[in-house]
Amino acid sequence: MANRFFVSPAPHVHSDYSTVRLMGDVVIALLPALMVSVRVFGWNVLAITTVSIASCVLLEYLVQKFLVKGPVTVNNLSAVVTGLLLAMNLPANIPLWIVVVGAVVAIGVAKMPFGGLGKNLFNPALAARVFLLIAYPVQMTSFPQPTINGFADAYSGATPLGAAKGMLVNFADFDALGMFTGAMGGSFGEVSALALLLGFAYLLMRKVISWHIPVAVLGTMAVFAAIYGATMGGAMIWQFPLFHLLAGGALLGAIFMATDYVTSPMTTKGMVIYGIGIGVITMCIRLWGAYPEGMSFAILIMNSVVPLINKYVKPKRFGVK
Amino acid sequence: MTTLIYTILTLCIIGVVAAVVLYFVAQKFKVEEDPRIDETEKMLPGANCGGCGFPGCRGLATALVESDDISALYCSVGGDECMSKIADYLGKAAPKKEPQVATVRCGGSCEKRPRTNTYVGATSCAIASSLYVGETGCAYGCLGYGDCVEACAFDAIHINPETGLAEVDADKCTACGACVKACPKGIIELRKRWPKNRAIYVSCVSKDKGAVTMKACKAGCIGCRKCEKVCEFGAITVENNVAFIDSTKCRLCRKCVAECPTGAIRMIGLAPLVKKEEVKEEK
Amino acid sequence: MKTFPIGGVHPSDNKQWSKGSAIEVMELPDVVNIPLAQHIGAPATAIVKKGDSVVVGQKIAEATGFMSANIHAPISGTVTAVDMQPNGQGLRQMMITIKREGDEWDEAIDRSTTLVTECNLEPKQIIEKIKDAGIVGMGGATFPTHVKLSIPDGKRAEILIINGVECEPYLTSDYRTMLERGQELIVGTRILMRAIGVTKAVIGVEANKPDAVAHLQQIIGTATDITVQMLKTQYPQGGEKQLIAAVTSRQVPPPPALPIDVGAVVCNASTAVAVYEAVQKNKPLIERVVTVTGAAVPQPKNLLTRFGTPVEAMIAKCGGLAEGDVKVINGGPMMGRALSNIAMPVMKGCSGITIMVGAAAGRGVESACIKCAKCVEACPMGLEPYLLSKQAKKKAWDAMEANDITSCIECGCCQFTCPANIPLLDYVRLGKQTVMGIIRARNMKK
Repeated sequence: MANRFFVSPAPHVHSDYSTVRLMGDVVIALLPALMVSVRVFGWNVLAITTVSIASCVLLEYLVQKFLVKGPVTVNNLSAVVTGLLLAMNLPANIPLWIVVVGAVVAIGVAKMPFGGLGKNLFNPALAARVFLLIAYPVQMTSFPQPTINGFADAYSGATPLGAAKGMLVNFADFDALGMFTGAMGGSFGEVSALALLLGFAYLLMRKVISWHIPVAVLGTMAVFAAIYGATMGGAMIWQFPLFHLLAGGALLGAIFMATDYVTSPMTTKGMVIYGIGIGVITMCIRLWGAYPEGMSFAILIMNSVVPLINKYVKPKRFGVK
Repeated sequence: MTTLIYTILTLCIIGVVAAVVLYFVAQKFKVEEDPRIDETEKMLPGANCGGCGFPGCRGLATALVESDDISALYCSVGGDECMSKIADYLGKAAPKKEPQVATVRCGGSCEKRPRTNTYVGATSCAIASSLYVGETGCAYGCLGYGDCVEACAFDAIHINPETGLAEVDADKCTACGACVKACPKGIIELRKRWPKNRAIYVSCVSKDKGAVTMKACKAGCIGCRKCEKVCEFGAITVENNVAFIDSTKCRLCRKCVAECPTGAIRMIGLAPLVKKEEVKEEK
Repeated sequence: MKTFPIGGVHPSDNKQWSKGSAIEVMELPDVVNIPLAQHIGAPATAIVKKGDSVVVGQKIAEATGFMSANIHAPISGTVTAVDMQPNGQGLRQMMITIKREGDEWDEAIDRSTTLVTECNLEPKQIIEKIKDAGIVGMGGATFPTHVKLSIPDGKRAEILIINGVECEPYLTSDYRTMLERGQELIVGTRILMRAIGVTKAVIGVEANKPDAVAHLQQIIGTATDITVQMLKTQYPQGGEKQLIAAVTSRQVPPPPALPIDVGAVVCNASTAVAVYEAVQKNKPLIERVVTVTGAAVPQPKNLLTRFGTPVEAMIAKCGGLAEGDVKVINGGPMMGRALSNIAMPVMKGCSGITIMVGAAAGRGVESACIKCAKCVEACPMGLEPYLLSKQAKKKAWDAMEANDITSCIECGCCQFTCPANIPLLDYVRLGKQTVMGIIRARNMKK
């Protein structure tokens, strides 16, 4: 009998999880938000996304092939996810060359020098976004108007948060439904809460992420905002939190950026601590900082704390009280 | 102008205050240490291989300085020369050791020892060895996943892809013993180092009976005792179906090599024995 | 539905292949090799020598000390050798070789099928009989049963748990035993209860075996001493500590604590049947039900097999081995040991032979850890497999001990779930073995 006998230690079966499948699921989960963006901002969105993904993948390929001279692993889709997330954090009318600069920072500075996938300390897409925000503040903060009929004049180019910064307490034109479905200005990935929540549901269903980080981030923000809103009195106690959850990158950040495997804690307890930290820092920046949006900074700051959390926050051991 | 002066002044004051604080802190937390330890450490090779039994060179240096009798301490990387230098410096009797070299006692190459199964577990001899005998019928031989290679701090041992066996680069080997400890099969031995890296050793440790060994590997020692009989120096003993040449007694006379029916006795750097000739004293 | 508190995974159980085939009696082998080490503890000492003739059920090797087990002749015939032979992993082990002549049984053994329910022996006598019969845990751990039943001074058993979970995918030997030997199982359970002095027993069965639950419940009828507890289908539900936690909500503290520290004694369902046979029928442990299964096995079967039967012969009976790449596993796919030698004799702990073919026989290609934390989530002991395996690679044994490596039950959930195909458990197991060795050496010094 022509048999080849294989021998290995147990276990001998494997789940159907694979890195490619997990990354692919993240891409799928982002598609609804991408489609809404195309509908809201036009085809330019697709051009930015394509350029961003293509440059991330190409750059990772070049670095692995010619600099590291190790195995090329671009087919694990991680660079695709980075590219897609980077694109979704950009305004829809950004010049394409800035997108390429962002990809260089994401892959060439934030990811590969640390040793590639799994070793980076900071979320590459966010590191790139923050770099662009500081390097090209004008291009990064002039958001186009949403072009959907009927919503067109919602915010005249400014993001709801940008508008709110000037008049923190004035919510006369606060349009929760519009913000929920995508009729607001902003980086093109963050416009529709509904689409992002759809993606969240998909990720939960496929067990790609657990609910701990998003719920901790959003819950903390809501509580924080509610307390702040309560001091203003009246309906603010629920309007203010709702506004903060729907505005800006709260949902995109909490669901897709903060949950990045590599840069988030390993234990559920750690995830909750990390999520609360992001929520608090975000709200502090939003309410008292110089920038209208604080999500990116908050996540990056908490990224740097993750090794510490992993070291000191241990899971509950079986049989230990 | 006043701004400039104030800036300079403030900086100076901060500098002075910091210096004073630093000075007192340094005084308070000063660790008294024998300065000879630093000197001794400098004299050691600095490979931090752990071959001496201490975690690093500093550990050995501390022990050398602190113990009165240093005969049990030895750095095989530095060798006699290094040890006598240190002993002179410390004014103690220098420990001496015959130079040694690591030797892999397995000759079961791919062609000599046919594979009966394929291992697909983690690439580690320790893991494979705790699971089963390995990819061949032999339960004693080299597994070839390179735990020794990983353990070696001197790049002196490698897996030969053709034979699938670990091979020692004698010129680089410092006899630190890291590979000996790393090998789960216990086939690596530190043997006396002859000039020009000459060596004669039994490249098999199989304790199986001859017939079983023969079935698993064509290069195995079958314990036939022919070598034991032919050795004039009492250097060869056969125990548990396997021959062993005591490298401190062997004189490299090569008689056993000619006698071995399976070629399990390996010879390095020596011409085969053609006819009876006088044993030349090497060294 | 009840389950254990932390972690766990859901592998496809694939029990459909063999669950429908009733237990068949495997033909008697002509020659058997009986290893002296079939259990945890000291190997037994042979008490027969070459040339002796033996009958079925005759003791051929005696327990060496308390933590060991007797071994009996599974066939009648002549001892042809007592020598080192390769086991399933190719390692040389002392084995007794018997050449078969007919099928003569020891006269003391009651071979009738009549059910004997009455048992009036004292606990000590029961344990003595179990010890004589050489019974060990048949779920795979092979812990000598008489040791488990001898409650140490100062401890008290409160509950007996019969492990009918069979959470290991593919295997159906316990399931078939529960269905076909339910009466004996219940009597065996009552004997075990008597031996450890408890009034309450729970039979834990996974939810994927509702017919076994119904069958056992029907046998128990209105009696209240034994209950059948259906448990969630989740691996490793049948792990001793997991099962105790699921049934009693008590967690066994980390080693060196034992189940008895929370008042529980756990026995496998097949073991309970073996106890019945030993105590009521004087039949020592000489055979067991073995599932032979796998995606490419032509006729998966549950075979009542005498110990010493070569695995090859059983595979042949089930239609032979498929061509190409195969992996033959002694046990199930999660915790079984792959064989390099399929002439291996069936032993006391062998609950199944699983055959993987083609790509499933190999392993996926390893890639970089993406820190997805799925291993931490899956670990039923609340450990951090990603960290432990990294520390094992670095030989950081002290750090591993500080991270509770000794709690690891080697269930394989971490490696099963890892999307990067990292051989986590390979390294974790190596670390556990090394750390256990270090701890043993330290305790010896004390």
